[in-house]
Amino acid sequence: MGKVYDVIIIGAGPAGLSAALYAGRARLSTLIVEKIKDGGQIVITDEIENYPGGEPGESGPSLIKKMVAQVAHFGAERVADTIVDAELGGEVKKLIGQKGEYLGKTVIIATGASPKPIGCPGEKELVGRGVSYCATCDGNFFQDMEIFVVGGGDSAIQEALYLTKFGRKVTVIHRRDALRAAKSIQEKAFANPKIEFMWDSVVAELKGKDILTGMVVKNVKTGETREIVADEEDGTFGVFVFIGYDPQARVFEGKLDMDRGCIKTDENMHTNIPGVFAAGDIRVKSLRQVVTAAADGAIAAVECEKYLG
Amino acid sequence: MVELTKENFEEEVLKAEGKVFVDFYGDGCVPCQALMPFVHEYAETYGEKIKFCALNTTKARRLAIAQRVLGLPVMAVYQNGGKIDELIKDDCTAESIEQMIKKHI
Repeated sequence: MGKVYDVIIIGAGPAGLSAALYAGRARLSTLIVEKIKDGGQIVITDEIENYPGGEPGESGPSLIKKMVAQVAHFGAERVADTIVDAELGGEVKKLIGQKGEYLGKTVIIATGASPKPIGCPGEKELVGRGVSYCATCDGNFFQDMEIFVVGGGDSAIQEALYLTKFGRKVTVIHRRDALRAAKSIQEKAFANPKIEFMWDSVVAELKGKDILTGMVVKNVKTGETREIVADEEDGTFGVFVFIGYDPQARVFEGKLDMDRGCIKTDENMHTNIPGVFAAGDIRVKSLRQVVTAAADGAIAAVECEKYLG
Repeated sequence: MVELTKENFEEEVLKAEGKVFVDFYGDGCVPCQALMPFVHEYAETYGEKIKFCALNTTKARRLAIAQRVLGLPVMAVYQNGGKIDELIKDDCTAESIEQMIKKHI
């Protein structure tokens, strides 16, 4: 039987790192299980305007770097693994990873969410061939080409602004007739001469063999469709999708109370199983931001401490 | 690991004998950076059986597009001048990359 940790945190995004910071300060023996990259969704974010104390121009990676260093200072152990199953009922919880098994008296699930796909024909086949969910990863490929951004929230408009560094034109395709993004971001977008808007529109199909060459856009009000074809000289264009997030909690389905893929907790992050907590975007909640994820993580860690007595 | 460029890609990858593993990465790509230590580890372990190369696509955008790489990270295996296997974006994990390498040695 391996070591039994006081707390195992699954996920090293803002919620998980914040939980690790609080657990570390409480001198709980802590293990963070992260499958590959620290930071979760925010490390693919170019600019974070709304985290208190963040400097102007603060990027996701720079913010996360500071959080990781802060956590390391309090001595949480780290392992790179993907959790594929869990036994949560007993006094000692068992997490089964691809590489090993981990035992903890408490568990904080901070697995977060991943970008939600459009779900239209052609999309899956063209990921990495013109379709992307990561502007900082892939914007560079579309230097001087046409770029389309799908969505109208904070992420979509923030990333559209970032993509104007690369594209000769950035067109925002949004299903409504007004943006949902924060007013400060909207103002920047409306003032940017490279950004255009296609209102009341959705992407109905993405076309291309081994590279994106065309797309069908449908007006949701009139039902009219319109085909967009890649410029002959460019040969392709970019479609960046920011229409929301899919929770990453499939492992816990049937084990915990959930609602549409998210884990239900009370306001102190308790799930329906004693000793099992959830924090961050994985929870049923109304505002998914770095600051709310960090707050969740802090509460969850303190609740672990109370639970351990 | 052979660092690829626009100039040597043809020689090192397309005209190479046997199979060649290519890690396509980019400057702003955090997922790529997170995978890099694993790829280096595999290069140590399997380097005698398959050639390991990496291409910074930020400096070779056109070349990457010609290879049908427009999203990162991409881990690919080449043979006889063509791509015979690849993992794109979220399909790239430490485990899946090692599996793909093992399949080709």
